[in-house]
Amino acid sequence: MSASPLLELRGLRVTFGGRTAAVRGASLRVERGETHCLVGESGCGKSVTALSVMNLLPAGTRREAERLAFAGQDLLGLTDSQMSRLRGDRMGMIFQEPMTSLNPAYTIGSQMTEVLRRHRGTPRAQAVDRAAELLGRVGITAPGMRLGQYPHQLSGGLRQRVMIAMALMCQPELLIADEPTTALDVTVQAQILRLLMGLQKDLGLGILLITHDLGIVARVADRVSVMYAGEVVESAPTAQLFAAPQHPYTRGLLRCVPVPGKVRREEPLGSIPGIVPRIPPGFRGCAFRDRCPHAAPACTDDLPRQAMTPMHDYLCTLAPGWPGQEEAA
Amino acid sequence: MTVSPPAIEVRGLRRVFRVRQGLFAPPRQVVAVDGVSFSVPAGSVLGVVGESGCGKSTLARLILGLLEPSEGEVLVDGKRLAGMERRARARLIQPVFQDPFSSLNPRRRVRDIVAMPLVAQGDVPSAEIRRRTAEMLERVGLSQEQGERFPAQLSGGQRQRVAIARALVLRPRIVICDEPTSALDVSVQAQILNLLAELRRELGLTYLFISHNLAVVEHVATEVAVMYLGRIVERNDSEALFRAPAHPYTRALLASVLTPEPGLGVPDVGLGDDLPDPANIPVGCRFHPRCPQAFGRCPAEQPAAWAVRGGGFAECHLLDPAVAPQAAPGEALRQEA
Repeated sequence: MSASPLLELRGLRVTFGGRTAAVRGASLRVERGETHCLVGESGCGKSVTALSVMNLLPAGTRREAERLAFAGQDLLGLTDSQMSRLRGDRMGMIFQEPMTSLNPAYTIGSQMTEVLRRHRGTPRAQAVDRAAELLGRVGITAPGMRLGQYPHQLSGGLRQRVMIAMALMCQPELLIADEPTTALDVTVQAQILRLLMGLQKDLGLGILLITHDLGIVARVADRVSVMYAGEVVESAPTAQLFAAPQHPYTRGLLRCVPVPGKVRREEPLGSIPGIVPRIPPGFRGCAFRDRCPHAAPACTDDLPRQAMTPMHDYLCTLAPGWPGQEEAA
Repeated sequence: MTVSPPAIEVRGLRRVFRVRQGLFAPPRQVVAVDGVSFSVPAGSVLGVVGESGCGKSTLARLILGLLEPSEGEVLVDGKRLAGMERRARARLIQPVFQDPFSSLNPRRRVRDIVAMPLVAQGDVPSAEIRRRTAEMLERVGLSQEQGERFPAQLSGGQRQRVAIARALVLRPRIVICDEPTSALDVSVQAQILNLLAELRRELGLTYLFISHNLAVVEHVATEVAVMYLGRIVERNDSEALFRAPAHPYTRALLASVLTPEPGLGVPDVGLGDDLPDPANIPVGCRFHPRCPQAFGRCPAEQPAAWAVRGGGFAECHLLDPAVAPQAAPGEALRQEA
């Protein structure tokens, strides 16, 4: 086993048509067998970051990075065909809406086996066996029958299970899951997350999980990166992030979430004033400063990345352990 | 002193849709709301929770008068909704919907959108329309300058403020909120929930608050109704329901809430993920195919509504005193834990 992380991303920048900077220097590492959650609100660049890793950005988008490596292998220099050999093979991906990411015109079986036949040249009969085995593995009863069905014949939860099984066909080392349970009901969400966590443990998968839901983050992540306006503003092991959030945005976000039994009904929830800004290229300083109660003149300069602990860093001028932490508790 | 009537009263409400399956197939019947009765006292917030397809949005539309019930009736402020004149209804009850992107006319300025209900009344002088619109915009936290913009120029949270202003400009007594914050980010969701709570206190409003997010409902509702396949399977005072859920489905829903507390892992809710089909409602207790505690009686008999602590009820055979000794829900819960 090599010492390089499963996924290493440093200084990722993505711009759309030169006008909007979607990602502005984001860095993150996913270790083998670890769940890394990328959390943030809509438009913060978390999905664009995931698509950048897979090189699936729409045409007209510019992707630059200091380093983007998968298991030590540089991805930036790969040609499209080299990249498409990796995608779906050693790197799997599942998306939010299983209805739109499955082809309605083909059966579950033909879509699942295509992955293996394409990447590995596996004969059809063998691929069908593998597909049936994986459907059973993700908790689908009567896999033989399901293989012959079309996506519209399955419920949302079943479709998402099919997507997970499909992503696992080639035994990937990294699974990127972009809001995999957002379209599902809460009871189904819990089951799908349990399934993912179980598979990760059994198969040693590294998972990059993209979500807006801090509840999911708390329950499944080993490590969390909080994104705001295209930057990772804070990154820490999960327990540390929830116990001692350092970035004012992280603290604000944690106070916004209603927790049953924690906030009294008559009391207002914490909230962050204002809206997520659109950041033009060439913007300097802290993107959160207009909404931050602690903004100071220094916030218009380049920000220091400070360490709370060796594993926990954040992008802000406020000193590690600055007071007011109880606000977040 | 006369007792004021409940803000909303619903009696034996039932709504059946006929769904065509194909050119030659006979249409199927989908029972979206199946025998729902409740009343909401003025000034309270009834939270309605349930999964997709449980009929909660159909219920909202029935109460708003946007759908005709197949059976039963809706009374708003003591008056029957059926036969009420549209303008009179609009003065009593107003909606706030989930999606502020599709519920606002993209070709109209915010000010005109908010003024529309006043204009539609037909007898409000234009000076008063202007004054009340400006007042309402300010009240929901929008500037006069934002009033001149079009919806596309606003963020999701600002659009939802526009929808709230439009709902309140006629000073209705009752607001039906159908997933009002589901399309919003958490930081914005908190702003909107706080605004709705403030407005309720100031204007003495009654809310029917529909959401799939139990944490949100716990925060805003005074009473909660849990819907499953068109029926209210449990209803109680909010605190009692969240402290001691009586129906196995309510317990599963509560167990599924992922609170931001690290280290707890993802709970096993013990339900299958094959969501129930409203076109094919199970016989007996409609929850029995997914219920981890189902027993012989469940597929055979529709359970009665048993009183539970807190003043509410739950429809579950386990609450029958004749069954309770061997399988009280409290005990079953302890075994799971």
